[in-house]
Amino acid sequence: MKRTELRTLSLRSLWHGLMRDGAAGDRIVPPTGFTAQLTLFSAGAMAFLAVFALALSLATGRLADRWASELAGSVTVRVSAPGDEQAALAQTTLRILETTPGAGQPRLLPPDEVAGLLAPWFGPDMPVDALPVPALIDLPVTGRDFDAQGLRLRLEAEAPGAVLDDHTEWRRPLVSAANRLRLLGVISLVLIAAASASMITLAAKAALAANGQVIRVLRLIGARDITIATAFVRRFTKRAALGAAVGTLCGMAGIAMLPPMDAAGGFLTGLGFQGWGWLVPLLIPVTAAVVGFLATRWAALKMLGAVR
Amino acid sequence: MGDVGFGYHGGPELLSNMTLSLQPGLFHFLTGPSGSGKTTLLRLCYADLLPTSGQMTAFGDDVRRLTRDGIADLRRRVGVVHQDTQFLDHLPVAENVALPLTVSGQSVDMEALRDLLGWVGLSQHARALPPSLSGGERQRAALARAVILSPDLILADEPTGNLDWDMSVRLMQLLIELNKSGKTVLVATHDLTLIRAVKAQVAARVLRIANGTLQLAGADL
Repeated sequence: MKRTELRTLSLRSLWHGLMRDGAAGDRIVPPTGFTAQLTLFSAGAMAFLAVFALALSLATGRLADRWASELAGSVTVRVSAPGDEQAALAQTTLRILETTPGAGQPRLLPPDEVAGLLAPWFGPDMPVDALPVPALIDLPVTGRDFDAQGLRLRLEAEAPGAVLDDHTEWRRPLVSAANRLRLLGVISLVLIAAASASMITLAAKAALAANGQVIRVLRLIGARDITIATAFVRRFTKRAALGAAVGTLCGMAGIAMLPPMDAAGGFLTGLGFQGWGWLVPLLIPVTAAVVGFLATRWAALKMLGAVR
Repeated sequence: MGDVGFGYHGGPELLSNMTLSLQPGLFHFLTGPSGSGKTTLLRLCYADLLPTSGQMTAFGDDVRRLTRDGIADLRRRVGVVHQDTQFLDHLPVAENVALPLTVSGQSVDMEALRDLLGWVGLSQHARALPPSLSGGERQRAALARAVILSPDLILADEPTGNLDWDMSVRLMQLLIELNKSGKTVLVATHDLTLIRAVKAQVAARVLRIANGTLQLAGADL
Protein backbone atom coordinates (compact mmCIF):
# COMPACT_ATOMS: atom_id res chain seq x y z
CA MET A 1 0.00 0.00 0.00
CA LYS A 2 1.31 3.44 -0.90
CA ARG A 3 2.11 5.97 1.82
CA THR A 4 -0.04 8.60 0.14
CA GLU A 5 -3.06 6.39 0.71
CA LEU A 6 -2.18 6.01 4.38
CA ARG A 7 -2.33 9.74 4.96
CA THR A 8 -5.96 9.94 3.92
CA LEU A 9 -6.92 8.15 7.13
CA SER A 10 -6.65 10.09 10.36
CA LEU A 11 -5.56 7.26 12.58
CA ARG A 12 -5.97 9.16 15.79
CA SER A 13 -9.50 10.40 15.15
CA LEU A 14 -10.61 7.06 13.79
CA TRP A 15 -9.08 5.16 16.65
CA HIS A 16 -10.52 7.49 19.24
CA GLY A 17 -13.85 7.34 17.48
CA LEU A 18 -13.94 3.59 17.53
CA MET A 19 -12.57 3.17 21.03
CA ARG A 20 -14.02 6.13 22.88
CA ASP A 21 -14.64 5.41 26.56
CA GLY A 22 -13.33 1.93 25.94
CA ALA A 23 -16.49 1.17 24.03
CA ALA A 24 -16.59 2.05 20.36
CA GLY A 25 -20.23 1.05 20.42
CA ASP A 26 -21.11 4.54 21.64
CA ARG A 27 -20.56 5.98 18.20
CA ILE A 28 -22.87 3.56 16.46
CA VAL A 29 -25.78 5.60 17.75
CA PRO A 30 -26.19 8.88 15.86
CA PRO A 31 -26.27 12.11 17.85
CA THR A 32 -29.80 12.87 19.01
CA GLY A 33 -29.99 16.58 19.80
CA PHE A 34 -33.59 16.96 20.88
CA THR A 35 -33.91 13.82 22.97
CA ALA A 36 -30.51 14.53 24.51
CA GLN A 37 -31.62 17.97 25.62
CA LEU A 38 -34.98 16.60 26.78
CA THR A 39 -33.33 13.95 28.91
CA LEU A 40 -30.82 16.38 30.38
CA PHE A 41 -33.50 18.94 31.19
CA SER A 42 -35.92 16.38 32.64
CA ALA A 43 -33.27 14.77 34.79
CA GLY A 44 -32.02 18.16 35.98
CA ALA A 45 -35.47 19.51 36.81
CA MET A 46 -36.49 16.33 38.60
CA ALA A 47 -33.26 16.25 40.58
CA PHE A 48 -33.79 19.87 41.57
CA LEU A 49 -37.26 19.02 42.88
CA ALA A 50 -35.96 15.86 44.50
CA VAL A 51 -33.48 17.89 46.54
CA PHE A 52 -36.30 19.92 48.04
CA ALA A 53 -38.46 16.85 48.64
CA LEU A 54 -35.49 15.24 50.34
CA ALA A 55 -34.86 18.35 52.40
CA LEU A 56 -38.52 18.44 53.41
CA SER A 57 -38.44 14.80 54.37
CA LEU A 58 -35.28 15.13 56.42
CA ALA A 59 -36.37 18.40 58.04
CA THR A 60 -39.75 17.09 59.07
CA GLY A 61 -38.09 13.97 60.39
CA ARG A 62 -35.79 16.09 62.51
CA LEU A 63 -38.70 18.25 63.59
CA ALA A 64 -40.77 15.27 64.67
CA ASP A 65 -37.85 13.82 66.61
CA ARG A 66 -37.03 17.16 68.20
CA TRP A 67 -40.59 17.89 69.20
CA ALA A 68 -41.03 14.41 70.56
CA SER A 69 -37.81 14.46 72.57
CA GLU A 70 -38.03 18.06 73.77
CA LEU A 71 -41.61 17.83 74.84
CA ALA A 72 -41.21 14.45 76.39
CA GLY A 73 -38.14 15.68 78.25
CA SER A 74 -39.98 18.01 80.57
CA VAL A 75 -43.37 18.71 82.09
CA THR A 76 -44.89 21.88 83.46
CA VAL A 77 -46.77 22.28 86.70
CA ARG A 78 -49.15 25.20 86.89
CA VAL A 79 -49.91 26.47 90.38
CA SER A 80 -53.03 28.60 90.82
CA ALA A 81 -54.18 29.94 94.16
CA PRO A 82 -55.76 33.13 95.41
CA GLY A 83 -53.34 36.01 96.17
CA ASP A 84 -50.79 35.33 98.91
CA GLU A 85 -51.53 31.58 99.04
CA GLN A 86 -49.89 31.02 95.67
CA ALA A 87 -46.30 31.30 96.95
CA ALA A 88 -46.91 28.80 99.75
CA LEU A 89 -48.65 26.40 97.39
CA ALA A 90 -45.77 26.72 94.96
CA GLN A 91 -43.28 25.78 97.69
CA THR A 92 -45.40 22.78 98.69
CA THR A 93 -45.56 21.72 95.09
CA LEU A 94 -41.79 22.07 94.72
CA ARG A 95 -41.23 19.77 97.67
CA ILE A 96 -43.56 17.20 96.21
CA LEU A 97 -41.81 17.39 92.86
CA GLU A 98 -38.35 17.05 94.45
CA THR A 99 -39.35 13.67 95.82
CA THR A 100 -40.97 12.44 92.63
CA PRO A 101 -39.20 9.39 91.13
CA GLY A 102 -37.84 9.90 87.62
CA ALA A 103 -37.93 13.67 87.88
CA GLY A 104 -34.99 16.08 87.98
CA GLN A 105 -34.62 19.31 89.90
CA PRO A 106 -37.82 21.37 89.60
CA ARG A 107 -37.42 25.05 88.79
CA LEU A 108 -39.89 27.76 89.66
CA LEU A 109 -39.99 30.20 86.80
CA PRO A 110 -39.19 33.72 88.01
CA PRO A 111 -41.83 36.42 87.31
CA ASP A 112 -39.80 38.08 84.53
CA GLU A 113 -39.52 34.76 82.69
CA VAL A 114 -43.26 34.23 83.01
CA ALA A 115 -43.79 37.78 81.77
CA GLY A 116 -41.54 36.96 78.82
CA LEU A 117 -43.73 33.98 77.93
CA LEU A 118 -46.82 36.17 78.00
CA ALA A 119 -45.27 39.08 76.12
CA PRO A 120 -46.18 37.75 72.66
CA TRP A 121 -49.85 37.87 73.62
CA PHE A 122 -50.08 40.93 75.87
CA GLY A 123 -47.18 43.05 74.62
CA PRO A 124 -44.09 44.17 76.54
CA ASP A 125 -45.78 46.95 78.52
CA MET A 126 -48.50 44.90 80.12
CA PRO A 127 -48.20 44.88 83.98
CA VAL A 128 -48.22 41.13 84.39
CA ASP A 129 -47.94 41.49 88.17
CA ALA A 130 -51.44 42.85 88.22
CA LEU A 131 -52.84 39.76 86.54
CA PRO A 132 -53.81 36.53 88.28
CA VAL A 133 -51.10 34.63 86.51
CA PRO A 134 -50.36 31.13 87.88
CA ALA A 135 -46.88 30.20 89.00
CA LEU A 136 -45.11 27.89 86.60
CA ILE A 137 -42.70 25.12 87.58
CA ASP A 138 -40.53 23.43 84.97
CA LEU A 139 -39.79 19.83 85.85
CA PRO A 140 -37.27 17.86 83.77
CA VAL A 141 -38.06 14.20 83.24
CA THR A 142 -34.89 12.20 83.81
CA GLY A 143 -35.98 8.60 84.24
CA ARG A 144 -38.25 6.02 82.73
CA ASP A 145 -39.92 5.52 86.12
CA PHE A 146 -41.54 8.94 85.92
CA ASP A 147 -45.29 8.39 86.38
CA ALA A 148 -47.25 11.42 85.15
CA GLN A 149 -50.61 10.03 86.14
CA GLY A 150 -49.37 9.14 89.64
CA LEU A 151 -47.92 12.63 90.10
CA ARG A 152 -51.15 14.19 88.88
CA LEU A 153 -53.13 12.31 91.53
CA ARG A 154 -50.60 13.15 94.25
CA LEU A 155 -50.72 16.87 93.42
CA GLU A 156 -54.49 16.75 93.45
CA ALA A 157 -54.41 15.28 96.93
CA GLU A 158 -51.50 17.18 98.52
CA ALA A 159 -51.44 20.46 96.62
CA PRO A 160 -54.88 21.28 95.26
CA GLY A 161 -54.51 23.99 92.62
CA ALA A 162 -51.32 22.52 91.18
CA VAL A 163 -51.99 21.01 87.78
CA LEU A 164 -49.55 18.86 85.85
CA ASP A 165 -49.31 19.48 82.11
CA ASP A 166 -47.21 16.90 80.29
CA HIS A 167 -47.91 18.49 76.85
CA THR A 168 -49.47 15.28 75.61
CA GLU A 169 -52.55 16.96 74.24
CA TRP A 170 -50.76 19.11 71.70
CA ARG A 171 -47.59 17.07 71.35
CA ARG A 172 -49.30 14.14 69.69
CA PRO A 173 -50.90 16.03 66.77
CA LEU A 174 -47.69 17.97 66.19
CA VAL A 175 -45.54 14.86 66.02
CA SER A 176 -48.18 13.15 63.91
CA ALA A 177 -48.26 16.11 61.50
CA ALA A 178 -44.48 16.12 61.23
CA ASN A 179 -44.43 12.39 60.54
CA ARG A 180 -47.07 12.82 57.85
CA LEU A 181 -45.04 15.60 56.26
CA ARG A 182 -42.06 13.27 56.25
CA LEU A 183 -44.18 10.60 54.57
CA LEU A 184 -45.31 13.15 51.98
CA GLY A 185 -41.67 13.96 51.31
CA VAL A 186 -40.87 10.30 50.75
CA ILE A 187 -43.92 9.88 48.49
CA SER A 188 -42.78 12.95 46.53
CA LEU A 189 -39.36 11.37 46.06
CA VAL A 190 -40.92 8.15 44.79
CA LEU A 191 -43.20 10.07 42.42
CA ILE A 192 -40.28 12.14 41.14
CA ALA A 193 -38.29 8.95 40.49
CA ALA A 194 -41.27 7.41 38.68
CA ALA A 195 -41.85 10.56 36.61
CA SER A 196 -38.15 10.68 35.75
CA ALA A 197 -38.23 7.04 34.68
CA SER A 198 -41.27 7.73 32.50
CA MET A 199 -39.69 10.73 30.81
CA ILE A 200 -36.39 8.99 30.21
CA THR A 201 -38.24 5.97 28.85
CA LEU A 202 -40.20 8.19 26.47
CA ALA A 203 -37.06 9.97 25.34
CA ALA A 204 -35.25 6.67 24.87
CA LYS A 205 -38.17 5.20 22.92
CA ALA A 206 -38.27 8.31 20.71
CA ALA A 207 -34.54 8.00 20.06
CA LEU A 208 -34.84 4.29 19.35
CA ALA A 209 -37.80 4.83 17.01
CA ALA A 210 -35.89 7.55 15.17
CA ASN A 211 -32.97 5.14 14.80
CA GLY A 212 -34.94 2.16 13.58
CA GLN A 213 -32.92 1.99 10.38
CA VAL A 214 -29.64 2.19 12.30
CA ILE A 215 -30.74 -0.68 14.50
CA ARG A 216 -31.72 -2.73 11.46
CA VAL A 217 -28.35 -2.14 9.79
CA LEU A 218 -26.54 -3.11 12.97
CA ARG A 219 -28.51 -6.31 13.28
CA LEU A 220 -27.84 -7.17 9.64
CA ILE A 221 -24.09 -6.90 10.11
CA GLY A 222 -24.13 -9.17 13.13
CA ALA A 223 -24.64 -6.93 16.15
CA ARG A 224 -26.09 -8.66 19.15
CA ASP A 225 -29.04 -7.08 20.93
CA ILE A 226 -26.95 -6.34 23.99
CA THR A 227 -24.40 -4.44 21.92
CA ILE A 228 -27.04 -2.18 20.42
CA ALA A 229 -28.93 -1.77 23.67
CA THR A 230 -25.75 -0.95 25.56
CA ALA A 231 -24.95 1.89 23.18
CA PHE A 232 -28.33 3.50 23.85
CA VAL A 233 -28.34 2.64 27.54
CA ARG A 234 -24.87 4.08 28.10
CA ARG A 235 -25.83 7.30 26.37
CA PHE A 236 -29.06 7.82 28.28
CA THR A 237 -27.56 6.76 31.59
CA LYS A 238 -24.83 9.36 31.17
CA ARG A 239 -27.35 12.04 30.29
CA ALA A 240 -29.61 11.19 33.21
CA ALA A 241 -26.68 11.23 35.62
CA LEU A 242 -25.25 14.45 34.21
CA GLY A 243 -28.59 16.27 34.20
CA ALA A 244 -29.37 15.04 37.70
CA ALA A 245 -25.94 16.10 38.95
CA VAL A 246 -26.48 19.65 37.69
CA GLY A 247 -30.04 19.75 39.09
CA THR A 248 -28.85 18.39 42.43
CA LEU A 249 -26.09 20.96 42.73
CA CYS A 250 -28.52 23.76 41.90
CA GLY A 251 -30.98 22.43 44.45
CA MET A 252 -28.30 22.12 47.11
CA ALA A 253 -27.16 25.66 46.36
CA GLY A 254 -30.74 26.84 46.78
CA ILE A 255 -31.03 25.06 50.12
CA ALA A 256 -27.70 26.46 51.26
CA MET A 257 -28.91 29.97 50.49
CA LEU A 258 -31.93 29.67 52.79
CA PRO A 259 -31.65 31.79 55.97
CA PRO A 260 -29.94 29.99 58.86
CA MET A 261 -32.17 28.02 61.16
CA ASP A 262 -31.60 30.26 64.17
CA ALA A 263 -32.25 33.48 62.24
CA ALA A 264 -36.01 33.34 62.44
CA GLY A 265 -36.58 30.13 64.30
CA GLY A 266 -39.48 29.09 62.10
CA PHE A 267 -40.07 25.74 60.45
CA LEU A 268 -39.18 26.87 56.93
CA THR A 269 -35.79 28.14 57.99
CA GLY A 270 -35.10 24.62 59.24
CA LEU A 271 -35.69 23.25 55.74
CA GLY A 272 -32.14 22.24 55.02
CA PHE A 273 -29.49 19.64 55.51
CA GLN A 274 -27.32 19.23 58.56
CA GLY A 275 -23.97 17.49 58.87
CA TRP A 276 -23.95 14.19 57.00
CA GLY A 277 -27.34 15.13 55.61
CA TRP A 278 -25.54 17.17 52.96
CA LEU A 279 -24.23 13.91 51.53
CA VAL A 280 -27.68 12.41 51.04
CA PRO A 281 -28.61 14.53 47.96
CA LEU A 282 -25.49 13.22 46.25
CA LEU A 283 -27.34 9.93 45.94
CA ILE A 284 -29.82 11.60 43.57
CA PRO A 285 -27.54 11.52 40.45
CA VAL A 286 -26.67 7.91 41.25
CA THR A 287 -30.35 7.07 41.54
CA ALA A 288 -31.05 8.97 38.31
CA ALA A 289 -28.35 6.97 36.56
CA VAL A 290 -29.85 3.71 37.80
CA VAL A 291 -33.34 4.85 36.76
CA GLY A 292 -32.01 5.93 33.34
CA PHE A 293 -30.18 2.65 32.93
CA LEU A 294 -33.18 0.48 33.73
CA ALA A 295 -35.69 2.60 31.77
CA THR A 296 -33.54 2.74 28.63
CA ARG A 297 -32.60 -0.90 28.80
CA TRP A 298 -36.26 -1.84 29.00
CA ALA A 299 -37.16 0.44 26.08
CA ALA A 300 -34.21 -0.74 24.00
CA LEU A 301 -34.81 -4.42 24.47
CA LYS A 302 -38.51 -3.98 23.71
CA MET A 303 -37.70 -2.07 20.53
CA LEU A 304 -35.09 -4.60 19.46
CA GLY A 305 -37.61 -7.38 19.78
CA ALA A 306 -39.40 -5.90 16.77
CA VAL A 307 -36.27 -6.13 14.58
CA ARG A 308 -35.10 -9.53 13.44
CA MET B 1 -31.83 -25.90 2.34
CA GLY B 2 -34.07 -28.88 1.82
CA ASP B 3 -37.55 -28.58 0.32
CA VAL B 4 -37.81 -25.04 1.63
CA GLY B 5 -40.88 -22.94 1.01
CA PHE B 6 -41.59 -19.36 1.88
CA GLY B 7 -44.52 -16.98 1.64
CA TYR B 8 -44.84 -13.47 3.02
CA HIS B 9 -47.25 -12.86 5.87
CA GLY B 10 -48.84 -16.26 5.64
CA GLY B 11 -49.76 -15.72 1.98
CA PRO B 12 -49.14 -18.05 -0.96
CA GLU B 13 -45.63 -19.41 -1.27
CA LEU B 14 -43.29 -17.23 -3.32
CA LEU B 15 -40.68 -19.95 -3.15
CA SER B 16 -41.48 -23.63 -2.88
CA ASN B 17 -39.62 -26.93 -2.77
CA MET B 18 -36.26 -25.17 -2.82
CA THR B 19 -33.41 -27.57 -2.34
CA LEU B 20 -29.96 -26.10 -2.49
CA SER B 21 -26.56 -26.71 -1.01
CA LEU B 22 -23.87 -24.13 -1.65
CA GLN B 23 -20.56 -25.76 -2.52
CA PRO B 24 -17.73 -24.39 -0.40
CA GLY B 25 -15.24 -22.33 -2.38
CA LEU B 26 -17.44 -22.11 -5.45
CA PHE B 27 -18.78 -19.04 -7.21
CA HIS B 28 -22.57 -19.19 -7.50
CA PHE B 29 -24.95 -17.03 -9.43
CA LEU B 30 -28.63 -16.79 -8.63
CA THR B 31 -30.64 -15.46 -11.52
CA GLY B 32 -34.22 -15.06 -12.52
CA PRO B 33 -36.63 -12.32 -13.53
CA SER B 34 -37.44 -9.41 -11.26
CA GLY B 35 -39.81 -10.44 -8.49
CA SER B 36 -38.93 -14.11 -8.85
CA GLY B 37 -37.64 -14.30 -5.26
CA LYS B 38 -33.87 -13.86 -5.56
CA THR B 39 -33.70 -11.34 -2.72
CA THR B 40 -36.05 -13.48 -0.64
CA LEU B 41 -33.79 -16.50 -1.11
CA LEU B 42 -30.75 -14.49 -0.03
CA ARG B 43 -32.61 -13.15 3.02
CA LEU B 44 -33.39 -16.73 3.96
CA CYS B 45 -29.66 -17.45 3.78
CA TYR B 46 -28.78 -14.89 6.46
CA ALA B 47 -31.86 -15.56 8.56
CA ASP B 48 -33.53 -12.25 7.85
CA LEU B 49 -36.50 -14.40 6.92
CA LEU B 50 -37.39 -17.86 8.14
CA PRO B 51 -38.73 -20.57 5.85
CA THR B 52 -42.39 -21.40 6.25
CA SER B 53 -41.75 -25.01 5.32
CA GLY B 54 -38.86 -27.37 4.78
CA GLN B 55 -35.52 -27.44 6.53
CA MET B 56 -32.73 -24.94 6.37
CA THR B 57 -29.32 -25.25 7.95
CA ALA B 58 -26.43 -22.85 8.00
CA PHE B 59 -23.00 -24.05 9.08
CA GLY B 60 -24.65 -27.12 10.58
CA ASP B 61 -27.29 -25.25 12.61
CA ASP B 62 -31.02 -25.32 12.03
CA VAL B 63 -31.76 -21.68 11.20
CA ARG B 64 -35.21 -21.83 12.77
CA ARG B 65 -33.75 -22.85 16.09
CA LEU B 66 -31.21 -20.08 16.28
CA THR B 67 -31.49 -17.60 19.14
CA ARG B 68 -31.19 -13.90 18.40
CA ASP B 69 -27.55 -14.07 19.43
CA GLY B 70 -27.21 -17.13 17.24
CA ILE B 71 -28.56 -15.16 14.29
CA ALA B 72 -26.04 -12.39 15.01
CA ASP B 73 -23.25 -14.97 15.06
CA LEU B 74 -24.49 -16.43 11.77
CA ARG B 75 -24.40 -12.98 10.17
CA ARG B 76 -20.79 -12.58 11.23
CA ARG B 77 -19.99 -15.65 9.16
CA VAL B 78 -21.98 -14.42 6.17
CA GLY B 79 -20.89 -11.19 4.51
CA VAL B 80 -23.79 -9.53 2.74
CA VAL B 81 -23.73 -6.81 0.10
CA HIS B 82 -27.28 -5.54 0.22
CA GLN B 83 -29.09 -4.25 -2.81
CA ASP B 84 -29.69 -0.90 -1.13
CA THR B 85 -26.25 -0.71 0.54
CA GLN B 86 -27.28 0.29 4.03
CA PHE B 87 -24.82 2.39 6.01
CA LEU B 88 -24.81 4.47 9.14
CA ASP B 89 -24.79 7.89 7.53
CA HIS B 90 -23.32 9.65 10.58
CA LEU B 91 -20.12 7.60 10.46
CA PRO B 92 -17.27 7.99 7.95
CA VAL B 93 -16.75 5.27 5.37
CA ALA B 94 -13.82 3.77 7.27
CA GLU B 95 -15.86 3.40 10.45
CA ASN B 96 -18.76 1.97 8.47
CA VAL B 97 -16.48 -0.61 6.89
CA ALA B 98 -15.09 -1.46 10.34
CA LEU B 99 -18.55 -1.72 11.92
CA PRO B 100 -18.74 -5.54 11.90
CA LEU B 101 -15.52 -5.55 13.93
CA THR B 102 -16.81 -2.87 16.26
CA VAL B 103 -20.12 -4.55 17.00
CA SER B 104 -18.50 -7.93 17.49
CA GLY B 105 -16.12 -6.47 20.06
CA GLN B 106 -12.98 -7.01 18.02
CA SER B 107 -10.18 -4.51 17.82
CA VAL B 108 -9.63 -2.72 14.53
CA ASP B 109 -6.35 -3.49 12.80
CA MET B 110 -5.78 -0.12 11.20
CA GLU B 111 -3.26 -1.45 8.73
CA ALA B 112 -5.66 -4.12 7.57
CA LEU B 113 -8.45 -1.57 7.35
CA ARG B 114 -6.33 0.70 5.19
CA ASP B 115 -5.41 -2.25 2.99
CA LEU B 116 -9.05 -3.21 2.63
CA LEU B 117 -10.08 0.32 1.68
CA GLY B 118 -7.23 0.41 -0.80
CA TRP B 119 -8.32 -2.95 -2.25
CA VAL B 120 -11.78 -1.60 -3.04
CA GLY B 121 -10.31 1.70 -4.20
CA LEU B 122 -11.75 3.87 -1.44
CA SER B 123 -8.61 5.07 0.31
CA GLN B 124 -9.39 8.63 -0.72
CA HIS B 125 -12.87 8.36 0.73
CA ALA B 126 -12.05 6.87 4.11
CA ARG B 127 -13.18 9.97 5.99
CA ALA B 128 -16.12 10.77 3.73
CA LEU B 129 -19.67 10.24 4.86
CA PRO B 130 -21.66 7.61 2.94
CA PRO B 131 -24.21 10.04 1.43
CA SER B 132 -21.36 11.73 -0.45
CA LEU B 133 -20.38 8.51 -2.25
CA SER B 134 -21.45 7.53 -5.74
CA GLY B 135 -23.41 4.33 -6.35
CA GLY B 136 -20.31 2.38 -7.33
CA GLU B 137 -18.36 3.64 -4.34
CA ARG B 138 -21.19 2.67 -2.02
CA GLN B 139 -21.26 -0.84 -3.50
CA ARG B 140 -17.50 -1.20 -3.03
CA ALA B 141 -17.74 0.11 0.54
CA ALA B 142 -20.52 -2.40 1.16
CA LEU B 143 -18.30 -5.15 -0.21
CA ALA B 144 -15.43 -4.07 2.03
CA ARG B 145 -17.74 -4.14 5.04
CA ALA B 146 -19.06 -7.54 4.02
CA VAL B 147 -15.60 -9.12 3.94
CA ILE B 148 -13.89 -7.41 6.87
CA LEU B 149 -14.71 -10.29 9.22
CA SER B 150 -13.34 -12.71 6.65
CA PRO B 151 -16.66 -14.55 6.38
CA ASP B 152 -17.03 -18.06 5.02
CA LEU B 153 -19.81 -17.03 2.66
CA ILE B 154 -20.36 -13.82 0.72
CA LEU B 155 -23.82 -12.94 -0.53
CA ALA B 156 -24.39 -10.08 -2.95
CA ASP B 157 -27.87 -8.95 -3.91
CA GLU B 158 -27.89 -7.26 -7.33
CA PRO B 159 -24.57 -5.56 -6.52
CA THR B 160 -24.30 -4.11 -10.00
CA GLY B 161 -27.93 -3.10 -10.34
CA ASN B 162 -27.26 0.62 -10.40
CA LEU B 163 -23.76 0.59 -11.88
CA ASP B 164 -22.44 1.15 -15.36
CA TRP B 165 -20.67 -1.67 -17.15
CA ASP B 166 -17.13 -0.67 -16.22
CA MET B 167 -17.98 -0.30 -12.55
CA SER B 168 -19.91 -3.58 -12.66
CA VAL B 169 -16.91 -5.39 -14.05
CA ARG B 170 -14.65 -3.79 -11.44
CA LEU B 171 -16.93 -4.93 -8.63
CA MET B 172 -17.19 -8.43 -10.04
CA GLN B 173 -13.41 -8.60 -10.25
CA LEU B 174 -13.28 -8.02 -6.49
CA LEU B 175 -15.76 -10.85 -5.94
CA ILE B 176 -13.73 -13.11 -8.23
CA GLU B 177 -10.60 -12.30 -6.21
CA LEU B 178 -12.42 -13.24 -3.03
CA ASN B 179 -13.59 -16.49 -4.60
CA LYS B 180 -10.10 -17.30 -5.73
CA SER B 181 -8.92 -16.79 -2.18
CA GLY B 182 -11.28 -19.59 -1.15
CA LYS B 183 -14.49 -17.79 -0.25
CA THR B 184 -17.86 -19.15 -1.26
CA VAL B 185 -19.75 -16.49 -3.22
CA LEU B 186 -23.42 -16.23 -4.13
CA VAL B 187 -24.42 -13.31 -6.35
CA ALA B 188 -28.03 -12.61 -7.22
CA THR B 189 -28.35 -10.85 -10.56
CA HIS B 190 -30.58 -10.76 -13.59
CA ASP B 191 -27.71 -9.55 -15.80
CA LEU B 192 -26.86 -12.56 -17.98
CA THR B 193 -24.12 -10.67 -19.78
CA LEU B 194 -22.34 -10.11 -16.51
CA ILE B 195 -22.69 -13.80 -15.63
CA ARG B 196 -21.11 -14.78 -18.92
CA ALA B 197 -18.26 -12.31 -18.36
CA VAL B 198 -17.52 -13.79 -14.96
CA LYS B 199 -17.83 -17.38 -16.18
CA ALA B 200 -15.13 -16.60 -18.67
CA GLN B 201 -12.74 -16.07 -15.75
CA VAL B 202 -13.88 -18.44 -13.03
CA ALA B 203 -15.86 -21.64 -12.68
CA ALA B 204 -19.32 -20.62 -11.61
CA ARG B 205 -22.52 -22.48 -10.86
CA VAL B 206 -25.64 -20.71 -12.09
CA LEU B 207 -28.96 -21.27 -10.34
CA ARG B 208 -32.19 -19.96 -11.76
CA ILE B 209 -35.45 -19.23 -9.98
CA ALA B 210 -38.45 -19.78 -12.19
CA ASN B 211 -42.07 -20.16 -11.14
CA GLY B 212 -41.04 -20.25 -7.50
CA THR B 213 -38.71 -23.19 -7.88
CA LEU B 214 -34.95 -23.45 -8.19
CA GLN B 215 -33.25 -24.94 -11.24
CA LEU B 216 -29.67 -25.40 -12.28
CA ALA B 217 -29.05 -23.34 -15.41
CA GLY B 218 -27.50 -25.21 -18.25
CA ALA B 219 -25.55 -24.56 -21.40
CA ASP B 220 -27.59 -21.51 -22.34
CA LEU B 221 -25.28 -19.60 -20.05
